[in-house]
Amino acid sequence: MTPVLKAQALGKKYGRRWALRDCTIDIPAGHVVGLVGPNGAGKTTLLKLATGQLEPSAGDITVLGARPGRTSAQLARVGFVAQDTPLYAGLSVTDHLRLGARLNPRWDDGMARERLARLGLVLGQRAGRLSGGQRAQLALTLGLAKRPELLILDEPVASLDPLARREFLQGLMEATAERAFSVVLSSHLVSDLERVCDFLIVLVDSRVQIAMETDKLLAGHHRLTGPRRDPDRLPADQHVVSQRHTDRQSTYVIRTDGLILDPAWTVTQLSLEDLVLAYMEKRIAENRPVALEAQR
Amino acid sequence: MIWLTWRQFRASAALTAAALAALTAVLALTGPGLSSQYAAGIADCVADDTCDRFFDVFFDHNQLAFLAVSLVVLALPALIGLFWGAPLITRELETGTHLLVWSQSVTRVRWLTIKLGLIGLTAMTAACLCGLVVTWWSGPLDKSAVVDLAQMAPLVFGARGIVPVGYAAFAVVLGVTVGMLVRRTLPAMALTLAAFVVIQLAMPLLVRPHLMPPVTGTFELGHANIGGISLPADGAGIQISTEPAVPGHPGAWVLSSDLVDASGRTIGGNGQETTIPVSSTSGPCAPQGGPPNEDPCWAEINQLGYRQRASYQPLERFWPFQWIETGIYAALALGLTGLCFWLIRRRVS
Repeated sequence: MTPVLKAQALGKKYGRRWALRDCTIDIPAGHVVGLVGPNGAGKTTLLKLATGQLEPSAGDITVLGARPGRTSAQLARVGFVAQDTPLYAGLSVTDHLRLGARLNPRWDDGMARERLARLGLVLGQRAGRLSGGQRAQLALTLGLAKRPELLILDEPVASLDPLARREFLQGLMEATAERAFSVVLSSHLVSDLERVCDFLIVLVDSRVQIAMETDKLLAGHHRLTGPRRDPDRLPADQHVVSQRHTDRQSTYVIRTDGLILDPAWTVTQLSLEDLVLAYMEKRIAENRPVALEAQR
Repeated sequence: MIWLTWRQFRASAALTAAALAALTAVLALTGPGLSSQYAAGIADCVADDTCDRFFDVFFDHNQLAFLAVSLVVLALPALIGLFWGAPLITRELETGTHLLVWSQSVTRVRWLTIKLGLIGLTAMTAACLCGLVVTWWSGPLDKSAVVDLAQMAPLVFGARGIVPVGYAAFAVVLGVTVGMLVRRTLPAMALTLAAFVVIQLAMPLLVRPHLMPPVTGTFELGHANIGGISLPADGAGIQISTEPAVPGHPGAWVLSSDLVDASGRTIGGNGQETTIPVSSTSGPCAPQGGPPNEDPCWAEINQLGYRQRASYQPLERFWPFQWIETGIYAALALGLTGLCFWLIRRRVS
């Protein structure tokens, strides 16, 4: 199966500053993929490169097996809901539907109208008058009705209140249940992604820390708490993600496929959020400090 | 894509169309009257050879309207560049809507092509219409205008014929290009206006005089090229100065007009008052009793070898100049269009 997104040593430079550097990533098809990482990790840049809004400064990227955004045929296969869900403030909801119908070959007008009616959007209303949640829903509807093979959403819920956020993600989930298409969704809030994603990618500082199905991710990671012990005295199949030590106690987050047999450890399950934070910390410990923004 | 571009643009297009329709209506109503007034005046004045006076009165009477409509044609391209060109891309960039439209199944190149094409063609049509209507309306006035406001004069040339089309096309693309480079609407508008004004001043001052090599010639002095004779009180000669006009070529755009003496030496530059040693107390230039008659004085001055040496662009070159200048602006517009497409591929996102 063609990966929905494949990047090789991908980089994007603004002037002298690298927004994304040496990014190698492989996103399999058929998932709702959560792309998570602190601000400045390069998520938006990566997604803009994937939709062809930006041209790479280095490396290669293919989306659904082709160079992104070059032809209208390729554009038709990929939907994109940009950050803050931009819409034409002066145009009405109907105008936006017309825009979608005229600019997309596979436009599903019935679905779009049905969806908006269900959400209670007034067709004659100007987009500038809609609430934040309604705007996001309209933008999502435009992305869905285009019937893409891959829908990319860049921080779609970042500016929404908790209720609108839940409704938005609910709508997205229903849509993916109705029709099979891949979704890549970025966020810096793991709790948002937890509910909808079945595949998670942690991107810190342009680097993919881990990319895995969510259930495997949760099953393969453990928190070990016990008497103080050095990391090199752990079994070889236990890979340390993060570690904390006090004088007498050690706490590890480890990844392993095997069983944890040592009775000295108290083993606890990790939440997805703990896990993501552990990977972010790992990268920070390895490299220069990155501003943590996961706890907004 | 055409639908979307038109949907975004239709309000300002309608506003402009209404303003132009109003202007056209006013000119269409007053034009025939002006024209018949002119014809009647000419018929009267030819009989008693007082056409110079008729021209003065006729032009003076309509001067304000003449200047106003000419100004409209001159300002239209600048306004188009300012309000249509500059915000065309920057407004999308500022509100982020370029990300919405670029994620539909339309390539960026096609998006820009339609936007530039539609707005550019509308601008050119508006300027063409406005220019031709004003050219038609002011026909009688152009024939009777004073030298400074003749058809070839810098201020009027740009408000006649087809050059407004070239200006409008260039102004739109200039606005779009500046917008893509600056990426913010207000600074882009200010810069577009400044750049356009500079270019519109540089054109008649630096470029247009050389579109074709100017004609040079030496002319006898007379009513046509000398403003008048003044007789200083001390009687030590008379003062004359050349006018920016040449005899036999009414409506010519005079680039330089010097007064030269019998040896061909320049004794007075453009319009400079120059004293020549001709007696003002006796002889043909002395004030006579009865009605003033300057003709013997001119004869005397010319006999002494004083001449006007002028270089000028004759009125017959009006249309060749119009085509050349329109071509220059079209070429500039095309060059900037190329830059726009390069920017949309490489830089803007």
